[in-house]
Amino acid sequence: MEKTFTLQDLGASIDTQTLEVNIGPQHPSTHGVFRMNVVLDGETILSLKPVMGYLHRNHEQIAENMSYTGTMPYTDRLDYFNSMSNNLAWAMTVEKLANIDVPERAQYIRVIMAELTRIVNHVSVIGFLLNDLGAFFTPVLYAFREREKILDLFEETAGSRMMCNYLRFGGIKRDLPAGTLEKIKSVTSNLPKFLDEFEALLSKNEILCMRCQNVGVLPAELAVSASITGPMLRASGVNYDIRKVDRYSIYDRFKFRVPLGSKGDVYDRYYVRVLEIRESLKILEQALKDIPAGETISKKMAPFLKAPRNFKPPVGEAYARVEAPKGELGFYVVSDGTPQPWRYHVRAPSFINLTILEDMCIGQKIADAIVILGSVDIVLGEVDH
Amino acid sequence: MFYGSGVLRGMLVTLKHFVTSYFIRRSPETMRSGALVTLQYPEERLKEKERYRNFPFLIYDKTPDNLRCVACDICAKECPPKCIYIVREFDKDGKPLKRPAVFDIDFTVCMNCGICEEACPFDAIFMDHEFEIAGGNRQEKLLFHKDDLLKPNEHFHKIRPTDAETIDKRLREADEKKKAAEAAAKAKAAAAQQSSQTAAQPPKTA
Repeated sequence: MEKTFTLQDLGASIDTQTLEVNIGPQHPSTHGVFRMNVVLDGETILSLKPVMGYLHRNHEQIAENMSYTGTMPYTDRLDYFNSMSNNLAWAMTVEKLANIDVPERAQYIRVIMAELTRIVNHVSVIGFLLNDLGAFFTPVLYAFREREKILDLFEETAGSRMMCNYLRFGGIKRDLPAGTLEKIKSVTSNLPKFLDEFEALLSKNEILCMRCQNVGVLPAELAVSASITGPMLRASGVNYDIRKVDRYSIYDRFKFRVPLGSKGDVYDRYYVRVLEIRESLKILEQALKDIPAGETISKKMAPFLKAPRNFKPPVGEAYARVEAPKGELGFYVVSDGTPQPWRYHVRAPSFINLTILEDMCIGQKIADAIVILGSVDIVLGEVDH
Repeated sequence: MFYGSGVLRGMLVTLKHFVTSYFIRRSPETMRSGALVTLQYPEERLKEKERYRNFPFLIYDKTPDNLRCVACDICAKECPPKCIYIVREFDKDGKPLKRPAVFDIDFTVCMNCGICEEACPFDAIFMDHEFEIAGGNRQEKLLFHKDDLLKPNEHFHKIRPTDAETIDKRLREADEKKKAAEAAAKAKAAAAQQSSQTAAQPPKTA
């Protein structure tokens, strides 16, 4: 039974009721099918319960009934913005499991693709964050104009714009077509100009600053204890980048810096991503300069391109991780020597970064919850794998 | 800088694009060069990339009877979402033939990964560029049977010229090699027969 207001309540202390609101699951600002059970006092959030699983599609079970290569196109669909880095993580896991070497040229192409993916992800997440702030679709279209050019490159090399399915164990599916390296060079050489324009459009904008600064603050200790990774952790000022920590693939050869935030608010998360794009461009520049000629898949694995089901890794287990644009993406796989993995598990960065949402939102206004969710950078395909 | 200058600077960017948009020639090429231009889709089209893939098709040489598929079922086994269904054809005596009687691909299930094309040992199945396959009924329009999937080699040459060239060259070479091997085997058999005849003769006469 609801309590009714009386006029004498409107004194020095207003006794208000809490209001429960469901945001989502069908709501454009939740970036997919995701529900937040919010308890409000006026406009202030008292508690927020994220409800996930609307997009659950049994990813791990599917992979356990699939050949190792057959899982590759399914990893595209985890975080559908970054299929190349998902492919990279899965390929690295199986390479670790079966002790497979990757030729030089393939390593370089992998790094180039992973960094292009990072740029695609960061520009679009910034665009969508601004969407959530109410700058409806102007920044997104600036971001998507550049994303479009990179997706064209993906289409040219891998055959598909988003579901690339390009990497294979021990290398890549096919070499780059003739002339693509030049195209990547011309696209990346235009990107700094675009970033300057993008920053002129946004970074100093007073409305953006007011909405983002000191909103959704995530202290470094809390971020570490909740095992947050990726740009979110770095925005809180923790210097942890798996490209630097693990030095996987050939990342030890490139000079780049890890941008860090200081406060861990939404604005820092926005700005760390802008800076990360600039660092990615540095990596791309070096990789494009040094890329050698040669084979693109190791001799041991070349026959399995034609017959994926014949690939039977030795009995054992492996976990490999990469610095995906959203955080630490890892795959854990247990092999029993058959063509299918016995156990397969995904450590999805979007999912784990989302667990901290309530702590960031409590005490904020309801409109800020949307912005904070936008700054976490989730893709529901990965959250609900 | 005064308060509000950030907003004004952002507005200058959008104003610049608003003004320059009137001086940009509308074409797919200028869109790629960085201008925000809407492509008037059915009339204007982007050039398809050669490696672009979406749905598979079955290839045949010269006549539709001469399809390359031998119903080996490898693509159906490798297909991650299992959208391919194949039944081998048998002749009147119940002897299996090297061709499919049924070859169905459910396009509602297919996820365009291209693994069937990679796995096919006979270069019989390839990914097409056709994307305008919308229909009113998903059971009838999107379940493609063998006759819907069949396309000539010329079509493959049209959509993916470099791949078609290399595959044709490889097939030609394999064919020549096979013919040469057959001819050699024939010659050898003939020689063996002759020698066996000559070898068999002496005991007869003896």
